[in-house]
Amino acid sequence: MGQLFAVEVIYRGVFQKTLAKNITRGIVLAAHNEGKLGISFGRYGDSPERNGIPAKSFAIVAHDEQTLEAGMAQYEPKQVDLTVVLDDTLCKGAESWAWYGLQPAHHALKPGHTLLVVSLEDAPSLLKNIHRREEPYKLGILKGVTSFSGMWVYKDDHTDVRVLGAIAKAVPELFSLAAVEKFILEKLKNSLKVTSAHTAFERFATVEVKAGEGNPEKLFAFGKPRWEDMRGGVSIKGQPQGGPYADPVSGKVGGFRPARNELFKKYSTRTMRPVVNFSTCTKCTLCWLNCPDASFDVTPDGTYDANLQACCGCGICEEVCPVKNCISMVNESEFHDNDSQWARFREDEDAYLKWLETTIAKAEPIEKRSHGFRYRGQYQEQVPEALEIAKKG
Amino acid sequence: MATVTLPVEEKKKSNEQEALITGAEAIAIACKLANVDVVTAYPIRPYDTVMQYISQLVADGEMDCEYIVAEGEHSQFEIVKHASVCGARVFCGSSGVGWMYAMEALTVTPALRVPLVCMVGNRALDDPGAFGVEHNDALAVRDLGWMLTWVDSAQEALDTALIAYRVAEDRRMFVPLAISCDGAFLTHSQALVKIPAAEQVKKFLPRYDRGDLLLHPDNVISVAPQVNEDWVMEIRRQNYAVTEIACDVIREVYADFERTFGRKYGNPFFEEYMTEDAEVVLLGMGTLSTPVKVAIRKLRAEGKKVGFVRLRWFRPFAGPELAKCLERFKAVGVIDRDFSFGSPNLSGVVATEVRSAMYTGSSTRPPVIGFIGGLGGREVTVPDVEAMTDVVFQAAKGKAQPLTQWIGLRG
Repeated sequence: MGQLFAVEVIYRGVFQKTLAKNITRGIVLAAHNEGKLGISFGRYGDSPERNGIPAKSFAIVAHDEQTLEAGMAQYEPKQVDLTVVLDDTLCKGAESWAWYGLQPAHHALKPGHTLLVVSLEDAPSLLKNIHRREEPYKLGILKGVTSFSGMWVYKDDHTDVRVLGAIAKAVPELFSLAAVEKFILEKLKNSLKVTSAHTAFERFATVEVKAGEGNPEKLFAFGKPRWEDMRGGVSIKGQPQGGPYADPVSGKVGGFRPARNELFKKYSTRTMRPVVNFSTCTKCTLCWLNCPDASFDVTPDGTYDANLQACCGCGICEEVCPVKNCISMVNESEFHDNDSQWARFREDEDAYLKWLETTIAKAEPIEKRSHGFRYRGQYQEQVPEALEIAKKG
Repeated sequence: MATVTLPVEEKKKSNEQEALITGAEAIAIACKLANVDVVTAYPIRPYDTVMQYISQLVADGEMDCEYIVAEGEHSQFEIVKHASVCGARVFCGSSGVGWMYAMEALTVTPALRVPLVCMVGNRALDDPGAFGVEHNDALAVRDLGWMLTWVDSAQEALDTALIAYRVAEDRRMFVPLAISCDGAFLTHSQALVKIPAAEQVKKFLPRYDRGDLLLHPDNVISVAPQVNEDWVMEIRRQNYAVTEIACDVIREVYADFERTFGRKYGNPFFEEYMTEDAEVVLLGMGTLSTPVKVAIRKLRAEGKKVGFVRLRWFRPFAGPELAKCLERFKAVGVIDRDFSFGSPNLSGVVATEVRSAMYTGSSTRPPVIGFIGGLGGREVTVPDVEAMTDVVFQAAKGKAQPLTQWIGLRG
């Protein structure tokens, strides 16, 4: 059997679905320019049409049909030569809609191979989120904002070809830069894109990540029952109601925390999370009432704490909160745990409020957020900014 | 006409009543005796006779149930599915294309473990628009986890309906069950039927207890979620487990039926008629038993040793047992009141299943000749049966016969 190449692209549905597809198609077609064969596909168990849900696309390439077939004879590649992460908040891992548990960004990456992340952050910052692994690997950052390129309302920002250029450098045996160039000129018919691919190729560099380096968080996982142990009638036991809980400092019991699904957590669904100022909360209930996922716990002192197991980061609470800066949505990459904010507030109110001040200062104004398409022409305004970043490399 | 097939060894019960009723009416009376909670209805001939009789029973104050006329068969079967999950004993039914219109609801019912009992008044599938009997309607669900039984008399229809509730609502089963009654021949013709007393039925038929699968505020469950490839096989395997024990449960229930009511059906899965010394047999389902039995008596008088096997249960299919029975004969002729276009040997559904059962279950493998006849309600005549028997005897003598033959066809 000849050599088999596999590339995994982790992206956010639905915004990056077309971008991910364009990249995996580009990989196959570029490799084909050098006589290789390949297929490109999305993981079928995912739900890539859902807003923000982590999902995966794959490209498999081989020199001959039999090797390719061996690569196709499995649901998805178990080992990949390169992993692309199209949104750096996915460095926290991907829990798809399909109940696979939380998979680290380098879930399938072969030891010593490259994890390519599109991000404006630097490696130490990303490694706070990327889980530890026993084998060393390389981390390469392709500088750029989280791209929605390929989605119909967004203009093309060349992320697809920049990724291809970077791959040509990271895995030269998969395809050369010349093969990418040929693919772009023949299929995309855009010479500017050739320049983008070349620039990405030249600038792309990786750093070594040592064994054990990274986020120490234990990955959320669950076992699957045998058929004899599953409830009959395609039925699932309902959640118990939940109930009051204790203040970690005073021990006072009160409030209400709904019981939550043990098997599906929304940690990696979020690109932003609400940060709550418990000292200015007027207990008006609006966030709790309007949250579509019932993610707010009513604390024993009557304020509302966004439970991060259940929050998918939609931002509705921030919009309905009548108190200025009481709820602020902050980019998920700023956080490295899913602990209760209210518990931290209770333990040391001054420290919490100080942390809150510096954290919400990082919150992007609503109209700037990458995942919020707020007004006509917003994206056009963002393009020069993105180009500036790209130039700086 | 149908009463000739009645089992004869029955003990007279003093509290039993006799009535001249149709097969559809017999099933309506069984629903009353079973104290069914929810009935849904949507008219299509010949099933509609049963909904008319039930509505009459409700109107006369003889039966107390929720009687819901749905806006179509799909809703009709969805409503009883939901009612059953909430703990109600339910009944409905349909015919022909009406049954097919309910198909989505029919496919989900077995996986949700719903012990829905219904009557299929067998009818040809449109087009052409036709009222007469064909078995392709009920057979359309044969691979989906439904239990399917065919009856050939009004008495058997009533008895089988009571048996059906016991089998379907057995905690080990909880799958839907359709009782097929041939349109016109059974649904619309009246015969003398013994109706058991309500207290006896109560003894035979315990309360439907859905246990931890009950959808109720005190038992909070979610039913029918969306799942991916990590879960579907396990769910299908659970339904497969039902099919593994279905024959045993049916045997138990028939034995208890006999103990309670004194009426004896013998082997629940198929009835054998004059097979003891038979050289060849015919096999079929439903009311074609009548002309076949009449013809057999005539042929026997002429010295031709032919018998008849009437298949009662198509799902579960008592494969090994039937194969052991049929291997005793030199040739078998299967009469299908259905078609399975493009199937192996271009036979009907039953012939294909019988051949499959014989391949693994019989040591002799006698030739199995398939006959397709009686479609769209056409009469299967005594001369037809004589002609089929001749073909089967030829096959028994080792003379090759076409594996599938159309009977009673012009041309």
